[in-house]
Parts: sequence; structure tokens; C-alpha cells
Amino acid sequence: MRLLIKNGTLINAEGLTEMKRDILIADEMIMQIKENITDEYDMMIDATGCHVLPGLIDAHCHLREPGFEYKEDIESGTLSALHGGFTSIACMPNTNPVIDNEALINYIYDRSKQINRTKVYPIAAVSINQEGKMLTEMGFLKLAGAIAFSDDGKPVESSSFMKKALLYADTFDGLIISHCEDKSLCEDGVMNEGYMSTVLGLSGIPKVAEELMVYRDVRLAEYTGTKIHIAHISTRESVDIIRQAKNRGVKVTAETCPHYFTLTEESCDHFNTLAKVNPPLRTSDDVIAIIEGLKDGTIDIIATDHAPHHNDEKNVEFSYASNGLIGFETAFCLSYTYLVKPGHLTMSQLVSLMSFKPARILSLDAGEINEGKQADLTIVDVNERKTIDITKFKSKSSNSPYHGFEVYGEIKNVIIDGKVVL
Amino acid sequence: MSLTVLTACIYAESELEMKFEKDLLGLKNLNEEQILYVIDTARKMKMLIDSPNKKSPQLQGKTIITLFYENSTRTRMSFELATKYMSGNAANISASGSSVAKGETLIDTGKTLDMMGTDIIVMRHPCSGAADLLAKNVRASVINAGDGMNEHPTQALLDFYTILEHKGHIRDLKIAIVGDIKHSRVARSNVYGLTRLGAKVFLCAPKTLIPPDMEKTGAIITTNLKEALDGAEVVMGLRIQKERQNSGLLSSVREYHKFFGLNEQSLKMADKDAYIMHPGPVNRGVELASNVMDGPLSLINEQVKNGVAIRMALLYILTRRSI
Repeated sequence: MRLLIKNGTLINAEGLTEMKRDILIADEMIMQIKENITDEYDMMIDATGCHVLPGLIDAHCHLREPGFEYKEDIESGTLSALHGGFTSIACMPNTNPVIDNEALINYIYDRSKQINRTKVYPIAAVSINQEGKMLTEMGFLKLAGAIAFSDDGKPVESSSFMKKALLYADTFDGLIISHCEDKSLCEDGVMNEGYMSTVLGLSGIPKVAEELMVYRDVRLAEYTGTKIHIAHISTRESVDIIRQAKNRGVKVTAETCPHYFTLTEESCDHFNTLAKVNPPLRTSDDVIAIIEGLKDGTIDIIATDHAPHHNDEKNVEFSYASNGLIGFETAFCLSYTYLVKPGHLTMSQLVSLMSFKPARILSLDAGEINEGKQADLTIVDVNERKTIDITKFKSKSSNSPYHGFEVYGEIKNVIIDGKVVL
Repeated sequence: MSLTVLTACIYAESELEMKFEKDLLGLKNLNEEQILYVIDTARKMKMLIDSPNKKSPQLQGKTIITLFYENSTRTRMSFELATKYMSGNAANISASGSSVAKGETLIDTGKTLDMMGTDIIVMRHPCSGAADLLAKNVRASVINAGDGMNEHPTQALLDFYTILEHKGHIRDLKIAIVGDIKHSRVARSNVYGLTRLGAKVFLCAPKTLIPPDMEKTGAIITTNLKEALDGAEVVMGLRIQKERQNSGLLSSVREYHKFFGLNEQSLKMADKDAYIMHPGPVNRGVELASNVMDGPLSLINEQVKNGVAIRMALLYILTRRSI
């Protein structure tokens, strides 16, 4: 099977980039990249006017299987990811039961291979049942295919436990992804603490609750000489802490999500539960700082933190509503519209944030378009303006605050292992 | 004015000259004209409360339900009496002993009440925004009788009415609100309304009981009771919940009373004719000394009476708005 992609603009994070090239794919691999390929092919995609990117990679999502299939499952989650242009995704272990053993790692791989769509890489828990008490068998889990370790959603409270987790994971070259939140400072907070929380009469989550833990974890990684990945940063000070740590040579990487550079706490006005997420949406000053962090490389990647919830869990009192929003199907168009379109980033930088760097952080041999590489590609058209319509989402859930947003960036085709799956 | 004349003059205005939304959720989005219109209507209603036969026909055929997820004495009772004085059908539900206790959602409870022919649902709820949520999901008008830390608009309106009755105006008055501002929906509704009506509002509390960026509402924030009370013409105390001690927001009630308590001593800093107000229930000897509460300048009992009048006015207005 030979697939030819003609006339597209090829975008890589590094090396060959922003060039008009044809790409010839044979079986699962990229065979040839050059101008005007005239070889024989079985199938041809005309990518005139489109950009051809290495397949997008999401290092942080929630597929809800097993346990919460009424919100999402691997079937619907990978379909949603595919329509968002993702060829690989890493799912968080806060399922029921928690992914803290090899059997569940195998289960996730079996299910996703059966479905055979976007590739799914499970992240295992740091602690048994995410309770922050006993370490998981990270060696076994890594052998079974756990791509990283995280107690996302239930942050590791004890500093001493985090220190041990970093050291133990490092023994197996494992990566800890830390959800940074000082729970004692958050108390019963449900949105960013500030003027908006005051006038809505809602309890606030102070920025410093995130920043203290970012600092703690970065310093613990520095002290132990281990690597760490900081999940979904949302404040100016978090960006600064990571910037300074990187300058000191700490092995820290960081991610943010589209909602932290496109929305602010104002979205919570009128008690809009679709804008309830943890960490909470912050202020316009934080948005500016996040964009600066993306520009100067302090923030390595954009992840979705795709967090599906049933309508019944959002259509309640703000304080009772679940945290999170779905992100697969809006991540690329929002990132393009809010970062590349206004000139903050080049397409190539965006590819770095959404494909090349996530692959490096997760140690995947992916994220670039080069001869001899696996053919995971995403073809996008950024010329047409479109309106986000949450009723058209492929996800089982529709908890997104972006309904009606005007954006650019249509996912035209997705190629996984040389096969056109979208 | 005799009762029949009063009834006739209110009844004649079948069409309100002021536009109101379906619901009364808070003072954040009520303008000065609307506030004064409610108070003006309440003034007429008060005559009924003072008359020997407390019955008028204005809510005949209207059904008003009070749905309370939190305890209440005066707010709930004043809504029920307001309904009954005006010949409406009053019914009440509390969270315990209803399907709420079985886990029914707010929207489902609201829709159930809606289908029974309810005209107005009066709700108190521990979550901020609950009244907004209910209002979006029912056909009936919703009156917010207190939602979490967000708003308590009918309390604020009765406070304004009481201040107007005694001071004649609100513009340029110095009004001090002292107590747990952070957790108080009464403080918030008062600040929104009083600043809109042109008062100089001072808020005073220990820093742990002041929410962030409160000064952006137009109120002046201070931890110095002297600064708050200096020349104040109206002083409002807010309830200090003893639970606040356990959560580390206060060290002791004794210390609170020493630095923030309203008593004869501290009130010497205020205007000599300063009126004392409190939304109730009062912790005697904590935020307010007993002799001040029972003293000649206390308007606390007057507030309760005006509360019935304000609620009568609101029930009248919201049942008339669609005619």
C-alpha cells in the first residue's frame, strides 16, 4: 500500500520545515519526501492549500475507562481524539479502579488495539489507588508499557512521599507528571480567588496554591537530580518558577492547556459551570504570561486535559459541578487561532508544542516527518473560518465552554501507521 | 388613607410603570429606579400591615412557594405572611422531609413545583448561584432569599427602606458594615445597592473575613473600627458565626468583640445619632452588645417589619409584570 500526499506544506518542529513537499508513504513508514513525487501510488491525498503536520500528541487526557463509561470510553475518546487530529494520546490513571497495576495497563492497550484508532498510552498512578501512601510497582508498570506516572486529580500532598516517588521512578527512568495543587490552601474553593469569586460569592482557589507546589516539586526534582513534568500550569508565577528552574538546569518540563491561554475567570460569570476546571481559569495577566512561556520555550507542550463529564454533572449548582472540560476537538483550532494567527508563534513552534516535544517527553519515536519514520500525520486546513459547535463533537460528553467560538483550523485527514483513518 | 382606598389605588395600576425581569436574583443587576420603585411600593404595603384587618386581594389566585435548603425564621415567615396578607396561596417545602432529602436535583425539584402551577418560588440555598440555576429552568418567577455567599437581595432592600424611612435619603450617607464580610450575602447585596444609591460604604472586619478585591465593588475596606465608625450615620452589624473560630478565621469571640464589637464604647466613635441595624439573628454580646441592640437607636425590630412590606411589594410586582 503506497499513499502519496501531494502539494501540502510540510511543517516540522525542527529541520525541514514550512516547505511545499510531497510525501510518499509505503506501508507504515514515510519512504520519501521531496518536491513533485511522480512514483506510482495506490492512493493519493491532494493537500493543496493544507499543512501536513506530524500527528498531534496529547500527553494529558482522561478517557474515563474503566469505571466512568457514561462520561467517555476508549472507543468514544479515541474517536474524539482522532477528529481533533491526535495520533497518540496519554491517558491519566484516575479511573475506577485506578490504573495502578499491570493488568489495567494491559487492559488499556488491549482495548485501544482492538479499536485501532488513535494510539493510547496509559499513564500509571504514582501511588496505590492514588492515595499518596504506597508507591506503585513502577518497574513492572514501566515494563507493561506505562508511559509515565501521575496522581493527577489527587495531587501528592506529602513532600516526603513526592521525593521518594521521584527517586523511585528515576530508578526505572520513569517520568513523574505532577498535578500541582496545595489542597489545604484550596479549602472548598471552586474558582480562581479574586474579584470574580468575591462578586459571585464563590470560594476561591488562590494562585499560590498551585505555585507553592510547582516550586516544591521543581526543587525536589532539583534536589534529587531527577526529571519531572509539571501538568497544566495556569499562573504567571508558575511560569516564572519553571523558567528560573530551567535556567539552573533542572530537568523540568511543563505543559499548559488551551483554556489557560484562551479564557479567564470571567468565563465563570453567571455561574457558568462549563468554565469550572481545576486548576481554575485565571486572569488576563496570567494568560499573557502563559503565552510568553509558550513563546520562550518555558512551557514545553500544550496538552488538552480532555476531561469529559456527563451533562448531569455540569447542570447543577456551581459548587457541586464537576471540574474539567473536553479538549480533543478544540485544541488545535484554539491553539492555531490564539497563538499562530495573532503572530505569537510560528506553525513550526506549534508543531513542537503539540507533537515534537510531547513525543520527546513521553519518549515516543514520533513527532516528526522524516524519511524512515513511522507515518503518523495530521493534515490541517487553516484557511477557512469555522464556528465551534459542541453538538457535533464525537466525544460522549459535550462539556466545553467554547460553543459558538469562531476559529481557524480544520482537521482534514489523519494518517496513523500509514493508514488514512480520517 | 383607608384600606379600601389603598387597595383600589394599588389595584388600579394593573400595568407596572417600571420594567422588571422575571426573577429577582440579586441587586447586582437592579438599577436605582427599580430599587426605589420596590421601596415605594413597600411603603404602600406597610399601611396594610399596620391596619386592623390584614387582608387585601392583590395575590388572589397566585401561588407562592418557599423552598428553603437552609434554616430561616424571619425571611421565610415574612414571605409566607406577605403572601397571606395579600390573599395568595402560600406553601412551603424544606430540604429535609422532601424529595430533596432523597437526592433530587435542584432543577428537578424546581420543575416539579413549576408544573403544579406555582407563580413564584422563593428559595434559600447554601450554594451561590443556585437561584440563577433555578430561574433558568423554571417558568415561575424566582425570588432569591439568600444563595450561599452571593446575594440576599430582599434583605438589602428592606435595609434600604429602613434607612430611607429614618434618614430620608441614602446619597452621601456614611454607612459602616462591620462583621463577617467574606461569608455574607447580606453584605454583598447591601454594597451593590448602597453604592448604586450613592452612599459611602465602609466595610470593617479582620483581614481573614474580608474577601479579595472587595474594594473594586466601590466600598471602602478597613480593619480599623475607628475609621469605619468615625462619623457613620448608620452602622450595620453582621452575624459572627462561632464556627469561624474552628476554621482559623478568628482566634476567639472575646478578641473579636474587643476589636470589632459594636457596643456603647465603640459606637461613641460614630455619629451621635447613628442608627444600629442587623439582619439577624444576633449573637448578643458578640458582634452587638445587648444594650445597643435594645437601645433607642436600634432599628432591628423595624427591619423585621419592613421585611414583610418589602416582600409584599416584590410578590406584587413580580406577579403583575406579565399582565
